[in-house]
Amino acid sequence: MIALEVTVFLLVAAAGTAVVLTRDPLNQAIVASFYGLVLGIMFFVYQAPDVALSQITVGAVALPLMILLALAKVRALRGGNGEDDDR
Amino acid sequence: MSHLPYVVAAWLLLVGLYGVVTSRNLVHAITCLSVAQSSTYILLLSVGFERGGTAPIFLDVPVGTKAVDPVVGALALTDIVVGATVSALLLALAVQAYKHHGSLDPERLGREQD
Amino acid sequence: MTPTLRRRVFLVAAVVAGALLLWGLTGLPDYGVYAGPYGDVLNRVAVAERKAANVVAAVTFDYRGIDTMGEEFILFAAVLGVAILLRAQRDETEQPPDEDAADRHAPATSNAVRVVGLALVGPVVLFGLYVVTHGHLSPGGGFQGGVVLATAALLVYLSGEYVTLRRVSPEVIGDLAESTGAAGYVAVGLLGVAAGATFLANVLPLGEPGSLLSAGTIPVLNLAVGLEVAGGFVLLLSEFLEQTLVIRRPGEVT
Repeated sequence: MIALEVTVFLLVAAAGTAVVLTRDPLNQAIVASFYGLVLGIMFFVYQAPDVALSQITVGAVALPLMILLALAKVRALRGGNGEDDDR
Repeated sequence: MSHLPYVVAAWLLLVGLYGVVTSRNLVHAITCLSVAQSSTYILLLSVGFERGGTAPIFLDVPVGTKAVDPVVGALALTDIVVGATVSALLLALAVQAYKHHGSLDPERLGREQD
Repeated sequence: MTPTLRRRVFLVAAVVAGALLLWGLTGLPDYGVYAGPYGDVLNRVAVAERKAANVVAAVTFDYRGIDTMGEEFILFAAVLGVAILLRAQRDETEQPPDEDAADRHAPATSNAVRVVGLALVGPVVLFGLYVVTHGHLSPGGGFQGGVVLATAALLVYLSGEYVTLRRVSPEVIGDLAESTGAAGYVAVGLLGVAAGATFLANVLPLGEPGSLLSAGTIPVLNLAVGLEVAGGFVLLLSEFLEQTLVIRRPGEVT
């Protein structure tokens, strides 16, 4: 049981660092979805199923979705302007 | 390993802030902000955890079984949903900023007077 | 301030802050040993007092009901902010698409995606309603179930049937559902005042723990919050999706 908890904590720390170190927002949305899932697993190990349910629906689905939609809108605007600056 | 979750929470907060400070893209900064927010959930739930306890739902276990703290669970679950909605508001602001200044780079947003 | 200078200043500050944080956090009791009394007290009395099997739901909607009202209104305000920001945009860009858009049409969704997506809409709505209504008996409740309900609308978009979804005007439905949910929460609170107790007191009949109609106002508040969160997220989705689809020709979104 202790080994499981330690593994999950280290995985969470690693996944959080990976989210920050991914610079491209499109890739970052996928990594953030994975991070949300890992957090959900951690909350499950914490015997808090309500929080795990909330985290999985929001952090793994709704938040990356909104990031992707914002990026799509920005790309649509850029296509109209013809600019091609950094992302 | 008695204080490992607290260390993980502190680490995630600092890493999230590092991401916000050194970001070159507003959408990247917003995602890093949500990582920093998630550190508070970890801290809350670590404080309330009782080893050997079960979930605080007494439908099929008798009342009086050792269970984890329900108050921090209640705090964390509303916090998660509301945090995502506030991130959506920030994303709408980022889209609006792009529309007006043509760039998502925080460095370039301050120099609109050129 | 140049980026490298900013990074260095931040690293210095982060080291100091990290040291202070760790110093403070190691003063907490060991992880796994629960010290405070409130959790134990609540676990022992909540089921008998409120007849709700899920103590977390009892805490969210009964013992700390007013905090949940505040959180619900934060959600409401954030969705309101998104609607204001993005709707003003829509008026300016609602113009006939130019020649650029002619060769930029949506990729046709494959039949597999369409079939699976549309087949899942019904079960997802059912599951969302289940999670919302059984919040006081099993893990779940208004917040989680509301998000699950909103993903049903997302599935319709992913199957490529967004034109159909638009005809149902999701903004109007989202607005209506969200406002009804938020007002419903306050109305249940005022019900407590009307019955002679305090605001948000649990005044409906309590029933037996374990049955669906138990725990007084908790299932009603769950429904109100579920409605509000589902309406809020559908509104968010439709605002963002409107933005990305304005320049596509209507006949090519399939």
